[in-house]
Amino acid sequence: MVNVKDILETINMIREENLDIRTITMGISLYDCVSEDEDRLCEKIYDKITKSAENLVATGQDIEKKYGIPIVNKRVSVTPISLIGGACSPEGYFKIAKTLDRAAKALGINFIGGFSALVQKGMTKGAENMISIIPEALAETDFVCSSVNVASTKAGINMDAIKLMGSTVKRAAFLTKDRDSIGCAKLVVFANVPEDNPFMAGAFHGIGEPENVINVGVSGPGVVSSAIARAGDCDLSELADIIKKTAFKITRVGQLVAGEAAKALNVPFGIVDLSLAPTPAVGDSVAHILENMGLESCGAHGTTATLAMLNDAVKKGGVMASSHVGGLSGAFIPVSEDAGMIAAVERGALTLEKLEAMTAVCSVGLDMIAIPGDVDEAIICGIIADEISIGVVNTKTTAVRVIPAYNKGVGDYIDYGGLLGKAPIMEVNRYSPARFIDRGGRIPAPIHSLKN
Amino acid sequence: MKAVITVTGKDSVGIIAKLASECAKYDANIVDISQSVLSEYFAMIMLADIDKLSIPFSEFVDILSNTGSEKGLAVHVMHEDIFNSMHHV
Repeated sequence: MVNVKDILETINMIREENLDIRTITMGISLYDCVSEDEDRLCEKIYDKITKSAENLVATGQDIEKKYGIPIVNKRVSVTPISLIGGACSPEGYFKIAKTLDRAAKALGINFIGGFSALVQKGMTKGAENMISIIPEALAETDFVCSSVNVASTKAGINMDAIKLMGSTVKRAAFLTKDRDSIGCAKLVVFANVPEDNPFMAGAFHGIGEPENVINVGVSGPGVVSSAIARAGDCDLSELADIIKKTAFKITRVGQLVAGEAAKALNVPFGIVDLSLAPTPAVGDSVAHILENMGLESCGAHGTTATLAMLNDAVKKGGVMASSHVGGLSGAFIPVSEDAGMIAAVERGALTLEKLEAMTAVCSVGLDMIAIPGDVDEAIICGIIADEISIGVVNTKTTAVRVIPAYNKGVGDYIDYGGLLGKAPIMEVNRYSPARFIDRGGRIPAPIHSLKN
Repeated sequence: MKAVITVTGKDSVGIIAKLASECAKYDANIVDISQSVLSEYFAMIMLADIDKLSIPFSEFVDILSNTGSEKGLAVHVMHEDIFNSMHHV
């Protein structure tokens, strides 16, 4: 039997503390769309997606009504397109991207992920063709998201792929220069990419996934932040307990919604992703959680420790609340999408180096970070390589979503509005790693990958 | 199954009557009411059995919400499962 206190607590979380379901993402396999003919392939992809996810948006809206909780995004992820279009020319891949965009528009969803390639050990001809057209695909579409996995703990780091991604990121920035280089906001470079991630821009429907699946990502930094603020000056063991209890409650809502959506759509439930995903809205910031834990500003010494504790407590609380946990599951620290992170960068407290250290203890990586447009390609490769090696050595997912904002420098801003937010341009270390990057080849897998 | 109906806003004559008649109209049976008025501020939580609801739940949510806004009240209707999930292991 529900009591008044519980009811008020839940309502307060939703209305005052920005508790929401960040995304319901439907994974759709496109294997059965494979065709030698590019136009036929596109036709089949369009039909499969629009038919499979026909009721996704309406179902999401019904659940929002039923439980009185906002579901911010309804999304679709598909089998990595590099596999589906293995026989395509770059122009063929471009057509597929346009098709995905058209399907997303027809469905009324917020994003479609899966313009992706897995090249951690090497590149097939198809993957190469797809990657070569990513900048154009992102410039000419509105909702398509792209990701490339360039490394894994098992395979090591494909430095040739990283080199290619450096130029791909730069070209994506150039081709969308009139829109603050937004192409780069839809492109992620991964290590150890999860195959059931519901969050964009990195979502795709992994190769071992069923025909269709429903994955749900919860949010709730505001709820955790308020719970910590209410706790006052308790010690860290107590604080960890408070975070765990709060994460449990948040995740239970995710599990409820996931189950409901799966049932309504007659699609199996996949996972709940336990990530704390911030938004640019006031009171929905991961940085503010860290500050409520006792830092003067996010980015201060001690930030990595607070984040490590937060991330661990969120997982411990969340894991019992859901029957299947997966995806990224950790605290997100995207700069442009978090009001507290933006403020910390503006006051000079948070640097790129500190953000990199933070990614060693949380998901996901250097996310939504704007850097000057004139930063050299090799430096971007260096940023990617550093971040990716943190993931490979620590057997975790890491990713890079940097935006070398064309024609902009330190002091300027990129501003996308909405969920992607805005970010101040951050300076980077300009010493060159070019000779290291130019060597090419693969960095061997670390010794602890040999577990058999 | 039950719905939790929360009502907040400025007090006026006939709030409960109005909402209760809407519930009756669509066969939602009110099983519990907790209500308080603090100076002029009205706050109420109603629990209604919706097993025999004659319209889809999402429509019922909209109807009560609109009824509330006519009287300047914020009315939120939520399925009880969200509270049970969050607060009971």
